[in-house]
Amino acid sequence: MKFAHEYRDKSLAWAVAETIGRRVDPARDYTLMEVCGGHTHAICRYGMIDLLPENVRLVHGPGCPVCVLPIGRIDQAIAMATQPHVTLATFGDMMRVPGSDHKTLQGTKSAGADIRIVYSVLDALEVARKNPDRQVIFFAIGFETTAPATALALQMAARERLGNFFVFCTHVSTPSAIDGIFATNAARSGQMRIDGIIGPGHVAAITGSDYYQDVAARHRLPMVISGFEPLDLLQSILMLIDQINDGRAEVETQYARAVTTGGNARAQAMMRDVFVARDSFDWRGLGELPASALRLAPAYERYDAELIFGIDYRRVADNPACSCIDILCGVKQPLDCRLFGKVCTPETPVGACMVSPEGTCSAYWQHARHRAGETA
Amino acid sequence: MTARRGRRLDFEHGLVELTHGGGGRATTQLIEELFLPAFHNDLLATRNDQAVMHMPACEMAMSTDCFVVSPLFFPGGDIGAMAVHGTVNDVAMSGAMPLYISAAFILEEGLPLHDLRRIVLSMAEAAQDAGVRIVTGDTKVVERGKGDGVFINTTGIGIRMPGVAPSVEKAQPGDAVIVSGTLGDHGIAILSQREGIGFETDVISDCASLHRMVASLIETCPHVRAMRDPTRGGLAATLNEIAEASGVGMILNESALPFDPQVEAACELLGLDPLHMANEGKLVAIVPFDAAEDVLEALHADPLGRRAALIGRVVEDPRHFVQIQGDFGGTRVLDWLAGEQLPRIC
Repeated sequence: MKFAHEYRDKSLAWAVAETIGRRVDPARDYTLMEVCGGHTHAICRYGMIDLLPENVRLVHGPGCPVCVLPIGRIDQAIAMATQPHVTLATFGDMMRVPGSDHKTLQGTKSAGADIRIVYSVLDALEVARKNPDRQVIFFAIGFETTAPATALALQMAARERLGNFFVFCTHVSTPSAIDGIFATNAARSGQMRIDGIIGPGHVAAITGSDYYQDVAARHRLPMVISGFEPLDLLQSILMLIDQINDGRAEVETQYARAVTTGGNARAQAMMRDVFVARDSFDWRGLGELPASALRLAPAYERYDAELIFGIDYRRVADNPACSCIDILCGVKQPLDCRLFGKVCTPETPVGACMVSPEGTCSAYWQHARHRAGETA
Repeated sequence: MTARRGRRLDFEHGLVELTHGGGGRATTQLIEELFLPAFHNDLLATRNDQAVMHMPACEMAMSTDCFVVSPLFFPGGDIGAMAVHGTVNDVAMSGAMPLYISAAFILEEGLPLHDLRRIVLSMAEAAQDAGVRIVTGDTKVVERGKGDGVFINTTGIGIRMPGVAPSVEKAQPGDAVIVSGTLGDHGIAILSQREGIGFETDVISDCASLHRMVASLIETCPHVRAMRDPTRGGLAATLNEIAEASGVGMILNESALPFDPQVEAACELLGLDPLHMANEGKLVAIVPFDAAEDVLEALHADPLGRRAALIGRVVEDPRHFVQIQGDFGGTRVLDWLAGEQLPRIC
């Protein structure tokens, strides 16, 4: 396949892996965290851990937008979907995420609610146009990658004076996720150490790499924004090892074919027009983080489903046996969780990391559970 | 044999009406003007509520399947052809030669008769090509909005060749895992037609009857351990089912898996795994390793098996994992698909 196989070239990959092996200092460990579900997936999918020296450890951060949404947000979506005349449009990944009392959007749909899976917010907009008698709410999730599309849809709705389109906005920001990990770590008296971050390539294509300068400086953190193919990731790991060995803490871009320093100015302008920062947002695993998520700006409040339908967020405690929190923070690996593969599987997910195909536990279940002694 | 009426069915502009399923004259008219001439055979022509067949003393195989595909027509096939091929294949995977099929239709009020005729003629053609006879059937009509155009159930009966008994619990460590061609074609052909996906591709469904290929496989290797057509859930589901039933593991070689480049590209773009995508004209065969080469040769000689490939081996594994040995040397587990397969969101 053109433009994909080139980045999966075996001999090149082995050559890069060999270089990594030569450059690592055998006297120390390197703990690298990726904060994008796409990276977690690729690392597991291509068995990349097998290619790295033993003292290079990959941990998986809060990279999947489905996983970081707390139970209370699912409850809110279910409550919205069961309002009269409401059609809830959502990405398919949200359908099976368990809310309170094991309720899911899937089950709510089976019980009669009008919930539709869409592949893009623009599909949700089209549902609203075609069904003027329905109140169509789009369940907007995701990091800075999906937020511009939501902004575009809202601008279009405003231009068309569409009165029956609403957005339940839970867009979150990646630098906040990184801050959150360090805050959690500090609260646990430095239980873990992160030596470098594999930066999110798709997000950075929108935001630009400079977007991460502050967070990297705050934590003196080497960061390399990476593409999603095995060669991209290996090269990024090599760049991180070099930074760590040199004592540098810079934001570098490996994924230069998509990411610039400034990013996509038009998408950023749309986001500034439509969204403002929430004062605070509750993340699964990371808790309340200030200014870490978006809500609709005052000019777009008439589209804000939370305001219009008056359904507030209520915090719900996670299952205490689930290790999602430790996994999201990189303290534990999925195979360390005692629920993993026993009560918690993709068919019956307990924690959010197992629900979405991009979640860390799901990626391990799909691709890497044979590494455990006895899990099945 | 006919109840005379003035007007014939209008297959250009007419629609299915509730009376077509009511058991009265309209039902008879639909049978006489559409099903009987299309399926045309002695057993159906008796007009009894059942078909009575003479069967030789032998093992019989029977299988039933419901077809609810959307859209009804797709590149490379339609629900009618699929309803024949699917059941022919399910019977054939036991090592049996399919002979007779029943066809039951649930039609939605308002379905254009033009579409129904197209589907029925396509079934008739598929049955004729496959050498099976559609010998009994039923039609019901549900109100508009209570169905999705047409649902079809087919049941097939076949006779098994003596001494042949493939079964999913018979895979043994050391066996070869063979697949008859490219994977995921049907799933992508259907997906490309779905509203809201909007990508263009030339991929056509692989929808086909495989019993002749099965016959030549069995001739080459009468002791084939297991055969199955990897439909819903794709190759991943089929191999996991066999591994689970036989109490073994499997190790596949990633670079040996046959894919159409367009299917691979579409899956890449949509974040889907072609190993989870449905096939409608492919089979998986587990055969003793020393027979693998001859089996491949037999499959390659069939037009439907040109891209048949030896993709892996059965191994001992108490956990029953199906693993893929990647091009990089790393391995991963090939799991059943959880839920529906959906494109990536971030």
